[in-house]
Amino acid sequence: MAKQILLNNINTPGLASFEVYRQLGGYAAVEKALKDFTPDQVTQEVTKSGMRGRGGAGFPTGVKWGFIDKKSENPRYLVCNYDESEPGTFKDRHIGQLNPHQLIEGMILGSYALGAKTSYIYIRGELFYVLRIIEKAIEEAYKNGFLGENILGSSYSLNLYCHPGAGAYICGEETALLESLEGKRGNPRIKPPFPAIVGLYGSPTVVNNVETIAALPWIINNGADAYAAIGIGNSKGTKLISACGHINKPGIYEIELGLPVEEFIYSDEYCGGIRNGHTLKAVVAGGSSVPILPASLILKTAAGEPRLMSYESLAEGGFQSGTMLGSGGFIVMDETTCIVKNLLTFSRFYHHESCGQCSPCREGTGWMEKILTRIEYGQGTMKDIDLLVNISKHIEGNTICPLGDAAAWPVASAIRHFREEFEEHVKLQKCPF
Amino acid sequence: MQEKLNKTEFNSETLGLVNKIIKRYPQGRQKSALLPLLHIAQAENNGWLSSEIMDYVASLLDIQPIEVYEVASFYSMFNLEPVGNCVIEVCQTGPCWQNGAEEILAHFENRLGIKAGETTADSKFTIKTVECLAACGNAPVIQVGTEYHENLTVKKVDELLAKWQAENKISHTNPYL
Repeated sequence: MAKQILLNNINTPGLASFEVYRQLGGYAAVEKALKDFTPDQVTQEVTKSGMRGRGGAGFPTGVKWGFIDKKSENPRYLVCNYDESEPGTFKDRHIGQLNPHQLIEGMILGSYALGAKTSYIYIRGELFYVLRIIEKAIEEAYKNGFLGENILGSSYSLNLYCHPGAGAYICGEETALLESLEGKRGNPRIKPPFPAIVGLYGSPTVVNNVETIAALPWIINNGADAYAAIGIGNSKGTKLISACGHINKPGIYEIELGLPVEEFIYSDEYCGGIRNGHTLKAVVAGGSSVPILPASLILKTAAGEPRLMSYESLAEGGFQSGTMLGSGGFIVMDETTCIVKNLLTFSRFYHHESCGQCSPCREGTGWMEKILTRIEYGQGTMKDIDLLVNISKHIEGNTICPLGDAAAWPVASAIRHFREEFEEHVKLQKCPF
Repeated sequence: MQEKLNKTEFNSETLGLVNKIIKRYPQGRQKSALLPLLHIAQAENNGWLSSEIMDYVASLLDIQPIEVYEVASFYSMFNLEPVGNCVIEVCQTGPCWQNGAEEILAHFENRLGIKAGETTADSKFTIKTVECLAACGNAPVIQVGTEYHENLTVKKVDELLAKWQAENKISHTNPYL
């Protein structure tokens, strides 16, 4: 059994209640930090652990915290990014639903490290039923002295609130999230300035993913070295992988980074292999935006090395033959899957979710959806395939936020690895599946 | 169109909740409460945001009506036209598609005699297609109000519809309660 630091108690009945969480050693990290650690020491510990942000970009968490502007006279904020909505990703919902106090404890630790007196959990509006669970847990934490004025008799005070989104994937981009939290349209801001300098209400702000924050109690309880001892290379610790698609056991798995992809897909401990006796065709390994890889390249790198579930190994070969760990949204497709149709659903998604600020993304995502629709439904031409590549190249890197890249990469990679399938659609003037 | 009157004021209980929410944000930053208030307003206004109810929200937050309209029109959870009592939101993105979302949508459409985006003549049901609901491991998935229904099959759809018909399901309840 792999090391578990996030899900180890997840099946305990009543875990969402303060009482049960506390009995299992919950909030010990807050007690320890407030008693033994200065805020900077908490940051140092997180930096030393080598944990990288679990939202998708993989930036080292402690380093991100280190950028916070401590000279500013404005209040500082920690905001939890609970706007989970990258297709294939459904790990964060699990934490808030079943173990909300772990998230709250992490928020207290992070807020203490940053010197935040007010913090927010920005949760996608569709997950109101999770918001209610978290709000109930927050109430319990207040009642038991872990939130509010002078936590555990210390000089540190913190208020923590939930804030619902309302159906906009773009608000998972941290500056769009801050705009949304300010009651505006979710239009990403131009960076710099980064949120650590000019964030919520113009104040220094750190935005961290749910899974990142939920790992903080374990790091404080067990120490940075213990965390850094898990994983491989610069991929430290454990990662939640939400696995879905044509597998026997879809679900949320906590893996030690470095697990071979083949073991993850075929072992009974994880996905349990391809369902209905089918064979593996392709995988989107880190949420819909990362490049799709055919079976041969997801199981082994182009150099023939076994591919591992780590930031480095999944990226091995660059976009030519590699992909990204991303958010850990692991979508598996068997040989009955039409790559064009799957891509069409992704492109429709990005078109729908483009905020419309930047022309390449606003127009380009719509064009890609339109062209893919005509290829899938029998009106495509061979030129359309190159046109798709051309459009994706003109979106990539030319937008304020990464949504443009996220829309371009799936298109470019599907054509890179499955061009013959697009051509077949055009030749037959229909979908062969 | 529904012939229902829009309530232009919240009752004291709802106003209590509204004031509690506004206090979560720093003084002068009450506009931050806009999304939470719009969720509540939509629930109180038969599931959609009329200009009247949006103007009321603007007055509660001391901001201009246009600041409310521009936000309401950005977020896909807000309905700017009347909807049925029970809004069925069917996910269509990759993993749900892989697991038969098109069949689920078609079954809802056939059973209710309407297409996605439409409302039944008796105003009981509206079908909407939505993008990823972040429950891909239990695809196909639909959302009704604040409920998720997962691992859907045609048989489960029939069961749900029978239940909702029998109880005159209303999906727009105050999401905070």
